[in-house]
Amino acid sequence: MLEVVIWIALLCCSLSMLGLIYRVIKGPSTADRVIALDSIGVNLIAITALFSVANKSTAFLDIILLIGILAFIGTVAFAKYLERGEIIENEPNR
Amino acid sequence: MRKVNNIILETSLKVLLFIIALYSVYIFTAGHYYPGGGFIGGLMTSGALVLLLITYDIETVAKILPVNYRFLTATGLLIAIATSAGAILFNVPFLTHVFTDVQLPVLGELSLHTATLFDLGVYLVVIGVTMTIIQTIGGDE
Repeated sequence: MLEVVIWIALLCCSLSMLGLIYRVIKGPSTADRVIALDSIGVNLIAITALFSVANKSTAFLDIILLIGILAFIGTVAFAKYLERGEIIENEPNR
Repeated sequence: MRKVNNIILETSLKVLLFIIALYSVYIFTAGHYYPGGGFIGGLMTSGALVLLLITYDIETVAKILPVNYRFLTATGLLIAIATSAGAILFNVPFLTHVFTDVQLPVLGELSLHTATLFDLGVYLVVIGVTMTIIQTIGGDE
């Protein structure tokens, strides 16, 4: 029973990921694409968790936190690039 | 260029930085029995430092952490090669590792392995190389 639920949830996650990939390709502005990529990261976390439940393994649980941190750093870097034009500045600017 | 006031990012950084740093230390020390090790631990530590660089700037980060990352790379290589070459002193081949069970006052019984010292070298080299690359590319002069 649990197996079936897990696989249905995995299918739903991959379908929503297809929608997000459509937004990455089609999205009119760059901010749309960045938000879609961030959501793909969150979806990837869900897929990793469901997959580790389906595999009956705890070896992937570290990956979840890793993907979360990396998606956050990537989104912040992209947002700073869109706003300021450079990611890492040389001098204090405030 | 106009002034910035990114107080949300700075406030969330104060919480997130320690979580990321602690997680990287965990993933470094758990490497012997679970997935992880020196490489991914070093990458996560440099990820925390990159988040610091994004929030502030190169000068401020150099003031917070006065570390020359080239020396860090050299220190890591030195630790790795010293751990490997120390085996020669005991008449065993290069890179032979030993482990022993130690009774420590607070921590209890621990199984300490010299491969952790080698891993510490890898950790420092990964941090040093990553931060050297990012700071060299990030600075625009």
